[in-house]
Parts: sequence; C-alpha cells; structure tokens
Amino acid sequence: MSAPTGSPHPATNARIPPKLGGTAAAGATTPAGPCSAPHQQNGPAQSQMQVSSGYGLHPQNYITPSGHHSQGPGKMTSLPSDSQCGDYYSGLYPVPTQSAMTSSPVNQQPGAQQIYGRGPPAPHIVGSTSGSFQGAASSASHLHTSAYQPYSFVNHYSNPAMYSANSSVASQGFPSTCGNYGVSTVSNAAYPSVSYPSLPAGDPYGQVFTSQNVPTIRPVKDNSFSGQNTPISQPSPLPPLSQQQQQQSLSGYSTLSWSAPGLQSTQDNLMRNHTGSLATATNNPTLFSSFADSLSYPVMQNVQPSKPSPVVSTVLSGTSSTRTPPTANHPVKPVASVTQPSELLQQKGMQYGEYVNNQASSAPTPLSSTSDDEEEEDEDEEAGVDSSSTTSSASPVPSGYDALEGGSCPDMLSSSASSPAPDPTPETDPAPTLAPAAPHPTKMAKPFGYGYPTLQPGYQNAAAPLASGGQSSSPVYSGFQQYAQQYPGMNQLSSSLGGLSLQSSPQPESLRPINLIQERNILPMTPVWAPVPNLNVDLRKLNCSPDSFRCTLTSIPQTQALLNKAKLPLGLLLHPFRDLTQLPVITSNTIVRCRSCRTYINPFVSFIDQRRWKCNLCYRVNDVPEEFMYNPLTRSYGEPHKRPEVQNSTVEFIASSDYMLRPPQPAVYLFVLDVSHNAVEAGYLAILCQSLLENLDKLPGDSRTRIGFMTFDSTIHFYNLQEGLSQPQMLIVSDIDDVFLPTPDSLLVNLYESKELIKDLLNALPNMFTNTRETHSALGPALQAAFKLMSPTGGRVSVFQTQLPSMGAGLLQSREDPNQRSSTKIVQHLGPATDFYKKLALDCSGQQTAVDLFLLSSQYSDLASLACMSKYSAGCIYYYPSFHYTHNPSQAEKLQKDLKRYLTRKIGFEAVMRIRCTKGLSMHTFHGNFFVRSTDLLSLANINPDAGFAVQLSIEENLTDTSLVCFQTALLYTSSKGERRIRVHTLCLPVVSSLADVYAGVDVQAAICLLANMAVDRSISSSLSDARDALVNAVVDSLSAYGSTVSNLQHSALIAPSSLKLFPLYVLALLKQKAFRTGTSTRLDDRVYAMCQIKSQPLVHLMKMIHPNLYRIDRLTDEGAIHVNDRVVPQPPLQKLSAEKLTREGAFLMDCGSILYVWIGKSCDNNFIEDVLGYPNFASIPQKMTQLPELDTLSSERARSFITWLRDSRPLSPILHVVKDESPAKTEFFQHLIEDRTEAAFSYYEFLLHIQQQICK
Amino acid sequence: MEAVVFVFSLLDCCALIFLSVYFIITLSDLECDYINARSCCSKLNKWVIPELIGHTIVTVLMLVSLHWFIFLLNLPVATWNIYRFIMVPSGNMGVFDPTEIHNRGQLKSHMKEAMIKLGFHLLCFFMYLYRCEDY
Repeated sequence: MSAPTGSPHPATNARIPPKLGGTAAAGATTPAGPCSAPHQQNGPAQSQMQVSSGYGLHPQNYITPSGHHSQGPGKMTSLPSDSQCGDYYSGLYPVPTQSAMTSSPVNQQPGAQQIYGRGPPAPHIVGSTSGSFQGAASSASHLHTSAYQPYSFVNHYSNPAMYSANSSVASQGFPSTCGNYGVSTVSNAAYPSVSYPSLPAGDPYGQVFTSQNVPTIRPVKDNSFSGQNTPISQPSPLPPLSQQQQQQSLSGYSTLSWSAPGLQSTQDNLMRNHTGSLATATNNPTLFSSFADSLSYPVMQNVQPSKPSPVVSTVLSGTSSTRTPPTANHPVKPVASVTQPSELLQQKGMQYGEYVNNQASSAPTPLSSTSDDEEEEDEDEEAGVDSSSTTSSASPVPSGYDALEGGSCPDMLSSSASSPAPDPTPETDPAPTLAPAAPHPTKMAKPFGYGYPTLQPGYQNAAAPLASGGQSSSPVYSGFQQYAQQYPGMNQLSSSLGGLSLQSSPQPESLRPINLIQERNILPMTPVWAPVPNLNVDLRKLNCSPDSFRCTLTSIPQTQALLNKAKLPLGLLLHPFRDLTQLPVITSNTIVRCRSCRTYINPFVSFIDQRRWKCNLCYRVNDVPEEFMYNPLTRSYGEPHKRPEVQNSTVEFIASSDYMLRPPQPAVYLFVLDVSHNAVEAGYLAILCQSLLENLDKLPGDSRTRIGFMTFDSTIHFYNLQEGLSQPQMLIVSDIDDVFLPTPDSLLVNLYESKELIKDLLNALPNMFTNTRETHSALGPALQAAFKLMSPTGGRVSVFQTQLPSMGAGLLQSREDPNQRSSTKIVQHLGPATDFYKKLALDCSGQQTAVDLFLLSSQYSDLASLACMSKYSAGCIYYYPSFHYTHNPSQAEKLQKDLKRYLTRKIGFEAVMRIRCTKGLSMHTFHGNFFVRSTDLLSLANINPDAGFAVQLSIEENLTDTSLVCFQTALLYTSSKGERRIRVHTLCLPVVSSLADVYAGVDVQAAICLLANMAVDRSISSSLSDARDALVNAVVDSLSAYGSTVSNLQHSALIAPSSLKLFPLYVLALLKQKAFRTGTSTRLDDRVYAMCQIKSQPLVHLMKMIHPNLYRIDRLTDEGAIHVNDRVVPQPPLQKLSAEKLTREGAFLMDCGSILYVWIGKSCDNNFIEDVLGYPNFASIPQKMTQLPELDTLSSERARSFITWLRDSRPLSPILHVVKDESPAKTEFFQHLIEDRTEAAFSYYEFLLHIQQQICK
Repeated sequence: MEAVVFVFSLLDCCALIFLSVYFIITLSDLECDYINARSCCSKLNKWVIPELIGHTIVTVLMLVSLHWFIFLLNLPVATWNIYRFIMVPSGNMGVFDPTEIHNRGQLKSHMKEAMIKLGFHLLCFFMYLYRCEDY
C-alpha cells in the first residue's frame, strides 16, 4: 500500500516525524484533549467559543481557536491547521442559520446550548495540565512502555487546532504505543526499538556474505536460482562440507536433483545450524523445546538434539552408495514431498546455526577460506548473542567436529521426521546423494538464502536426476511437471499415480475421470474441503488458510493460452478480515517491504544472504534492515528468516504514522432510522433500540467512540445528545431540499459521556412516533445529512429503511411489474434507477464513511438502486422481506440476531486493501462492496469480518521462468481502538505447464463463487439470460475442454475429472438460485438481494447459499461424532438435495447458511417428534416453530448439539424453521432441492444430458 | 461557401483532436494512478457531450453540403458516439463510470477507443486541410 489511505483529509501535511521535542510540544498543545479526561472529548476551548458566538459564526470560530491553540505551547506546526479548518469545515456548515425548528419534546434550545457550552471549562484546565504533563513525561522518557495512549489526544476532529496537534501527537505516539499494543502478541514483549547494543555490528555478516555472494548475483537477477546456475560457483570442495552434504542427504531431501538441492540444502544446513547450535551445543533438549515453545511453532518442538551415533554410520553408507536409495524411501514418501526437496522453514532455520558450527570447526583445516574465518567471527558474535553455549565452536577442535556433526545430524533427522506425516522414516533415505563436493560450492552461492522460488529442484532440475539416475520410478519423483509430461493420457496418469499409493498427493484422486451421468451419488458424504495446492510440505504448511484466501485454480497455468484452453475462470476469493482465533501481531518500527513493488515481507521470499532478501512478487533484491535482524521471538540476532513475518502467511502489523494520512479516527456510529408510518407499523424500532441498549457497551471502540441518531419521514430529525442536557433534544429540519445540520457538534456525541441520554433516547424512540401519519420517506436528504455529519471523521452509517424513498433527492419509482416475476425471458431493472445513491456512496467513501443498509420492507423498495449506497461505500446490506414484528416473528428474530452480530462484530475504519500478485499476473475485475480507487487499490471505508471479495486474474506474461506464484492481500485499517493496522495474507501456488495439472488443481467451490460473481455482473450489464447462458457455457466449455484432453474415452459419456465432478451440480444450483432463476416467481428485490449477497459474501457463506447441506437428523448416532467443548456433536452424512432422499418416515435438516430448515416427514417416528420437538405426534406440531425445545432426551440432545454446532460455525446465527410436510412453508424448503426437476428448470440428470448435448454439438 | 464549410470543419476537427488527446492523457493518468477514478471520470464525462455535438455538427454539415464521401466516413463514428451516450445505464454516472472503469478491462477499451478516434480525427484533419487548399 504505497498510498496508505485515501482520506482526502487535509491533515496529511501535519504529519510530523517522531521526535522527542515533538512529543513535548504535542503533549503541551493538547489541552483540549487530555488523555486523563477522555470524557471531555469535545475540546473545551472550542465549545466555549461556540457558546459565545452561536453557530451562525462557526467558520470564524474555528479559525480563532486554532490560532489560539497554536500560540499556546505549540512549538509544533499547527500552521497547516488553519487552512485545514478552512477546507474542512467551510463545506460543512454552509448556511448554519437556516430554519432549524426545534420542536423539542424537551428543553428549549438556547438553554440547552448554554448548558453544553458551559460544561467543559473546568475540566479543561485540568485536562490541559495533565495533558502537558503527560506529554512531557512521555517525551522525556520516550519509552515504549509509556502507558499513555497518545491516541487519546486525538479525540476530537472538529477542532481544527487540535488537528495539527493531534496528528503530530499521533505520529509521535505511534512508535511508542506499539509497545503497548502488542500485548496480546508474541512479539511485543522484547521487541521494542532497542537496537541491539551488544553487537559490534552486523557488518561482518554483510561483508562476508556479500563477498561470498558475488557469484550469486546473477542467479538472483535471473530470478530463478535454479540449480543450473550453481556450477558457476562451485570452487573449493571442503571435506567437512561434503560431509555436510551427506547430512543433508540424511535429512531426507529429495535425492534426485543434486545440484539444485545442493543449493538449498546447504543453505538449509546453514540455517539449521544456527539454532542447532543452540541446541546441540548445550545438548539440552529442554532448553530447546522451551525455546521452541516460545516460538509456538509446533514443528520445532519435535527437534530432539540428542546425538546418537547412527548418523555417522549413515553418512558413511551414504558415501558408498551413490544414488540408489530413492527406491528405498519411495513408498513411504509421497510425491509431494519428494518433488520439493526443501524442508520446512523452521528446519532450515535450525540448520543454520549448525552450519556455522561446522564452519568453525572446519576452520583449522587448510581448506577453509578467509571467509570461513570471518564466519567464525560471526559465529562468535552469534554465540554471544544467541546463547552462552556455542562458545565451544569458537575454539575449533578437530575432535569436537565429529561430535558436532554427530550432534547435528540427528537434529536434522528428527527435524525432517517432524515434518508432517509424509516422510515418517527419513532414516531410510539417508544415503542417496553423496555429492562429490559439488554441492558444497552452492553454499557459496547462497549461503544464507532459502530461496523459495528456486527451491524446487523437483520442478526445475527434474531432468538431471532422470538422466543420471535412470530409474524406472524416478519420473514420479522428479516432479510433477515431469511426470505429467510423461503421461499425457489421463488414464495412464491416474492409474500410475494411483498405483504408487501416494497418500498426501491429491493428484491421482482429483484427476480420476468420472462419468457424471453414471455416477449417481456425486455428492460426497462429508463437506467438501478446499483442495490443497500441490506444493511441498513446508510451503504448504506456511501457506495461507483457504478460509481467508483461495484461488480457483490451485495450480496456476503457465500461460494465458493454457488457461484459455482449460476454459476455467482464474481468480481469487478473499475473506481478509475474517475473525481469527490466532493471529500473530507484529509491532515493529520498520515494516519490511519490497522497495519497488511494496510487497510486505512474507514466508515465500528468499533470503539471498542475511542482509538481503528477494521479493517473490517482483524479484527485486532488497536489503534486510538492521532491525529485522533481531528476532523478537527467539531474542536472537541475525535470523531474519525466523521472524514471525517470515514464518506466518497471515500476520498483522501495527503500522506507524507513515501509514496514516490523518490521525486514526475514532469509532463513529450513526443510525439513520425510518420513522414513517410504514416503519412504525413494521415495528422494527423496538427491536433495534432493544438490541442497541443491550449492546451499547459492546460496540467496538475506545473512549473516543461517538454515536448519533437521526430519524426521518418527510422531515429529518436530529437528536442533540450533548452531555449536560437533561433529556435528549430533538431538532427537526423540514427543508429537505437543502439539508443542513442544526447543531453540528452535538449530534454525534461521545458514547460514554452521554450514555444516559442515549439510553433515554433509545427507550423513548420506539414510542415517539406511534401516532405518526406521515407516509413519505425522505431517505435521500437524510443520507445527505448523514454524510455531512460524518464527513469530518468518517465512520459507519446504519440506515434502516422500510419503503421506497418518495421525497427529495434520490426518490425512486416503483419499477417492478409483478406479472413479470416469473417471466422466463427478460428480467429488467436489475441495475440502479438513479445515480444518486452511487454518487452519495462515492462521496461517503471519499470521507471514509460506509453506509450499511437494513431494508425491512413489505413491498418493492427498489433495492437495486438503494443497494448502491452500500455497494460503493463498502457497507453491507441486510434485507428482511415482509418484515413485521408480530406477523413475521422469524424475521424479527433474524433481525435481532443479525443486529447483535452487526453491533458487536469487529470493525475496521478508513481501510484500504491492495492485492498484489507475482509479475506476469494481473487483476482485471474486482467483486465485492468497495470502490476501486486505482488499478489495484480498493477503498473500503469500513471493513467487517463478514465481507468477502473476489478478483479475476489474467496471465499477461508467461510464467515460464518461475515455478511459484504468490498473491498478497494487504488490508490497512484503523481498528476500533484507534490503532492503524495492516493485515497481510500471502498465498503461494505452483505454476504448471500441462492441462492435466491445471484440472487437477481446480478448486471447484472457489470457481463457482467466482462464476457467480461474474454472472451477477453479466446480468446487470447485459441481461439475466446472458448470464445464465454464460454459466451453462462455463460447464460445457470446461468439460469439453477436458474431454478433448482425454482422447481415448468414448464420446457418449460425460467425463469430468474428479476435481470438477461437482461443477455441473453447483452450476445447476446457481441457476436455481434466487439471483439467477427464471420461471419461478421471484420478487425483484429478492433477486437483487441474492445478487448483492453473492457479491459480498465470503466463500464459506456463499457456498451454503448456493448449495445447502442436507442431513437426516431423526437417526443421529454418535458414530463418527466429534467432540467440541465437551459436547458430542454427531456428524450425519450429507444427503443429496433431492426429494428422493426425503422419506416420509424421516426428519431432515437443511443448512442454507442463513436459514436452517427442519423438515418433518408426515409419518415421522412419533418418538422423534416427542423426544426432539416436544409434541406428541405429527398433527400437533405447530405451523410456525422456530426453535427446538430443550428436552432431556438423548435424541434431543444430539439434534440440538448438532444444530448448535452448525450455528456456532458461522458468525450470523441462522434462524431455524420447522417445516411440516404439508405446511405451506414447505415450498420454500423444496425450492432448495436443486437436484429435482421444477416446472421451469432441469433436474440434475436432465442438466447433465443437456450439457452432453451441448458438448457433442 | 465550400471554403467556409471546410474551414469550420478544420477548426472543429482541431478541437476534436485536442479532446481526444485530453481523453488519452486523462485515461493514462488514471492508468498510472496519478488521479483517482472519481476525478478522472468526472473530468471526462464533462467532455462527452461537447465531443458528441462537435462531431455531429461536422457530420451534418457534410451531409448538408453534399460531401457524401466525408459524410459516410464520419457517420459511423458519429453513430457510435450517440449510441454510446444513449446506452449508458440509468444508474451510471455517465459514459465513464468511476465504479466500473477498473472492471472488465473498461479502461483499456476506453483507451483504445480514444486512440482510434485520435487517428480518425487526424485523418479528417488532413482531409479537410487538403480540401481547404483546393479552394
């Protein structure tokens, strides 16, 4: 994120580099925002001014206070603020003296003004003193432990003077706060900016390695350090090093490709030694494991630094047997691990230290070069830093050498053993590659690197081992590309692979051809999981979780031509702000990023040496900053590759002031409520107010949190909640053509200062409008007012609307023709009717304000137009058709639950998201709720954990020179606590060159979700039938493309690879989705809402919506049950969505994501009905039943625990509907049975036949 | 009379050329992130109608003055301009919509279109110039 925020905030200039003086000044200049008195947020000086002059004169006032402030203690630059306030506020208060009719149910207004104006002065003084005092203190100490949160200075945006002050404060305070904020994290504790004093310097490192690295530079630039390059740098074979090689071979590296693995493996040794030295030298397993614990990398715990002798012997055997063993370990090791010989990062890390040891011990030998000597010095330092124990290596005793070696070998063995399941017996493959000193030099080439892109000798050097090894089975080992080329025919390939019993490799299974027409039970019994990219084990472990980041093709085709041939969509599905249980948060003064493409450092970069790393997206070589050399986890120096940033693909950085254009904004919430007759009838106000009252304290935010309320019918009502008032004060603005804010400062009030007033208002609100006769709705003007109110700070606007806006700007006409609802031809009006809402959304987005829309209407409300206000301002949309608090209790319950989640879930403000990908790939279309501000920068005024995004990709340059591509999402946001944070996800995927591999790696769910997004776009920009055709064509094209690769199969069959077997089913499900279905009566708003959901939901939720899960629940057993929190949760198998599975004797549960249906068969077992539903028989079950009673029977317990488990697994708790077989509600249930035929749509079988027909055409 | 027609056309064509260049510059600014989509589109949308009118006038003028060849040459471009203007969906903010310009390669196609128009106008320019010299 080169351009951190798009806040058009003028305060940008006011950024001041953190200096001590700055703090003092800042502390002193902020009398108005004392940290000790967070309750007087409004800047007392300012409010005094207001009182004296009234709001007609505001603009002047704003200037004066700023002058006043800057004259005060300010050594700092408050100058910009004057101009700022000009910009900032002049727009805001255009004609403040307009007709503000204050029909107050409360006080008369002037009095109120005085009250709120007068309050502050006294605290003001206190505040100022404390503020300056604290400022001074913090400046003096400038410790990271400073308890003051500089943010609290920043409390009030509407005070221009403070603005400049604040900004400096914030920027100043940031580095120091970092210390505080990290608390929850692993890294914080020791990390602070203590700049490693004990070290003479890191210089020796740099010199040493640069000198060593001269030969490396070229490979670096080639961006593929493939083994081919290594010969260049293969000078002096050192005896000990060759032994190292043996070790390395011991450690279970793929033995096939010598030269290349030599490259890495030596590095691996290097790195492994590093920490190995910790462990081996001390020989203290407990020490090591505790250290591993502190790292919280489970893998490392397996390392056992015991030193058994067998190692030596294996080494010897290794020397004798040159290259046979692959076969030995063969059956044990699955392809995946073999193809990519590199070990886990952690392991590499461990090797490093040991390498140093070895070097040290080998130093006395005549062969050791000067560089070795230098390394030795390094190592001394290292010893000083890392642990006291490594000193032994400093005095290189030849006898100790063996010991060291011996000690280190088991290390590696165990570590390789610890690497996941695939290679359980590393001991069996030790010998294979004795490299006759050739590999050693490769260490010279890249002494410390663990270059990922190059790490795959399996990919790149496959040919070499083949040629030299010449074993029959070697192709399998030699990497995926290789064997894929060898076996072009699908059948052969799959059979040959199948024969090899490769447990962890998904290929054979995912490529198994399936005749869709014959395969009756296509749906697996268990939920479908995301396919695992065909990476080596370490990368796979490091890779981003598929829950946050998925790609439709887990193997990226090498060229656009290949992608076109595969006829599959290529894109990413993102869920970047997902609620995570575990998230490494990194507090660091410098966030390490690539200098040219600004990529954040991630696990997939390669370290060329300790001082330099190569970006995995643009391949630029960057310097490792000094700070990065220190590892806060291990508290050791010189291990950049073990920093948490490089160990986790999902990390969160606490950003410094460089990442803000203005001080982090407070959490600001504005509720804009429809109170027209229609709304009062529906009765949502009571639910909302109740919900707000309950969750007022749980609203995310800090002491600066502000909240405000507006209501509107044909006029707009504001609520003055300024503390000091005895009652909330209602201000009515009837001039909706030119909306203005009556009292701009007191409408958004501090939540904690005015809590009583807010509660009063919330209690009063539901009854305030009970007798209203106003039927009009001036939504547009209300939104304009909301925008004006929010624009100084940004924040979240929640709009509750119950009807078509009928007055003022943005009024809409009814466009739906009810007779067209079930038309099979053209569905019109899917797009917005006016650009008013879009413009408003863009304005809001520019001011960091998101608009969330709650539409609770019983008739057509033109969601297509209204939704724009949320779509482009990064808001979210909730729709409750035919909402009524008594007539439709399930909707009311849903609103209640949604509100609870909505009000309490995490929220990020003023966010931007940038997605980067490896050079050669480019993003061309984005899906989701946001505004694309520049080519790859998504402007998100708010980000919430339930927002999903999709991106379409194209391959612009061939990816022939790389074997891996990476994608990085960086989400920069302000947390509700006022921290600027960056959440970074990095996904790494292999590149493949054959069509079969592309098919093998299809993630069908991701593909479907991307297709759904594309289809929504298509139906809005073109037409619904176009979109439907496109969906069908997607299946036809991909299956026929696949069919053409499988030449030897008969044409009568509809063949799909196993990875794509669900593709037709899901597409059929999509076609029967509300968004895309035709022929079935669908209200326009329902359809548009479904489209909005498709666009903005993350994959997990969307899949449930597209293809619900059906379970039979009348015979739940504990077989295969899982245990969650001491509860036994039965896991019934998935049923296919067809009425044929529904038996009258059964009860079924359908999980549609936001709704759970329990369908009770007519002749369902009475025991079940009694035990679970609590009614004696089928007839007595009521029509509307929305929860299961808590009965003390086993089957009830099972059913409830299963349903609770389903509910807990998602943020929105779904509503349960009990549907009797003969109730009218059953149509709703049956419409989800997508495999069945409906009057207007194919059954699954018919659909398959249709596709086959199309293919044959 | 002829001379007047072509002098006018020449001037008009000059204006259109400048407009095309302006479109190209602004779009490439957007491509390079120098300006954001919002301001780019509002800038460009302002000039869509002037461009349309300017070109339509020349076309009509050619028809009136019975220069069939030049008229037919201009007709497709003029038609395209009008079509594009009419076909803007009601919810969009103009021919250039900031929310969509980055999607589905719209930016590229706009760019291409502007380039083609520039070429076309240059061609016309020399044609008018040549005809002017005749008189």
